[in-house]
Amino acid sequence: MSLVRVELPAPLLRHAKITTGHEVALEIEAPVTLRRVLDALEDAHPTLRGTIRDQTTKERRAFLRFFACNEDLSHDSPDDPLPEDVVVGREPLIVLGAIAGG
Amino acid sequence: MSSVRILAGTRKGAFVLTSDGKRKDWKISGPHFTGWEIYHLKGSPVDPNRIYASQSSSWFGQQVQRSDDGGETWNAVSAKFDYDGVPGTHQWYDGTPHPWEFKRVWHLEPSLTDPDTVYAGAEDAALFKSTDGGNSWTELSGLRTNATAPGWQPGAGGMCLHTVILDPTNPDRIVIAISAAGAFRSDDGGKSWKPINKGLHSKYIPDPTAEVGHCVHHIAMNPKTPKTLFMQKHWDVMRSDDAGDQWTKISGNLPTDFGFAIDVHAHEPETVYVVPIKSDSEHFPLDGKLQVFRSRTGGNEWEPLTKGLPQQDCYVNILRDAMAVDALDDCGIYFGTTGGQVYCSPNGGDDWTAITEHLPPVLSVEVQTLA
Repeated sequence: MSLVRVELPAPLLRHAKITTGHEVALEIEAPVTLRRVLDALEDAHPTLRGTIRDQTTKERRAFLRFFACNEDLSHDSPDDPLPEDVVVGREPLIVLGAIAGG
Repeated sequence: MSSVRILAGTRKGAFVLTSDGKRKDWKISGPHFTGWEIYHLKGSPVDPNRIYASQSSSWFGQQVQRSDDGGETWNAVSAKFDYDGVPGTHQWYDGTPHPWEFKRVWHLEPSLTDPDTVYAGAEDAALFKSTDGGNSWTELSGLRTNATAPGWQPGAGGMCLHTVILDPTNPDRIVIAISAAGAFRSDDGGKSWKPINKGLHSKYIPDPTAEVGHCVHHIAMNPKTPKTLFMQKHWDVMRSDDAGDQWTKISGNLPTDFGFAIDVHAHEPETVYVVPIKSDSEHFPLDGKLQVFRSRTGGNEWEPLTKGLPQQDCYVNILRDAMAVDALDDCGIYFGTTGGQVYCSPNGGDDWTAITEHLPPVLSVEVQTLA
């Protein structure tokens, strides 16, 4: 079991009423993939359903990106293993809103 | 003593404005849902503490919030709006087929009898219904699968279902409006629908009197006279006295009959309010003067109401869901602007005061009259 850190944009922290900082820690069973992390995030915070990926298709919302370890993972398969530093909790998986408009 | 509560949706959050029946001193709470677009909030007529809010964002999609304590605290409910079956296509701006795609909820209309039942008007146009307080939604797909639907097209703001009117005398009757498809009515609780656009004339479609394709901006009804509907179309102010079967133009002496908002006095079913906007390419008041126009004759004869409203250098817009009336004896009229002002007239439009002047652009205004 890995303790994965997920960094969320401020509007989602407020929306999910998360008051413990910018990150959420989630226990994930191996293999640690983007899909498993997002599933666990939505199970822990059901109000985030639909905010990061479409509720039905599970596709990433167009204005969001997934970064980790200085890499853009947005276009990787959601079933690819995440980087080892994310798996062991040294680095967060960053959910980032595109800088677009105001 | 009675009091009023204004629910204002803005581009960057929701605000709740409260006052006693004098409507002079106001308390403002908010922003709620900071940073999110709040297209609409509305309270249940049978339980005013039950309020629904449509919260959306280009980044994070659609959410629905519910308050059970008059807007003091909120909890997210379901925002899973799935079209029934495989959605087909409607017309794109250039007339080519375009697949139906859910974007947001423009309007939430709570049931007149059950606080757990609420309707949601969506873009791309569809009507959804929840009977469990917003915890789940089902599409009333008879509307979107109407034979005319493949010919519907979006207005400039998207193909939005923005108006939902429930008939207090007939629980099976629902009237809705879509930009730019037109008005539709169901007489069987939302199972089947028919276009109700006879009498509308729109120059921007190949056949100006076509069955669908009209950019209806908003429809208003006084609950005492549910068969009488007042419509602000893209251009033209219209009325119907047979629940939409036939429409008649009532623009009369309006200086321009383009606009978005329209509403009816709470106690005088023939007293109607509009806010004329210069044109479809210049979305601001004529000559920089913010004027509400009132007709006390059900249309055609209109008088400008200006006392307390800016009469120079005013270039705001008043959006379709941003006007409302209260039900106090001296009927209050309210509207919000894209400049962030919320105006109140506590005497049917004779005098106006800005309750607040610096909110984010106001998308919607609803008013609750509380005992």
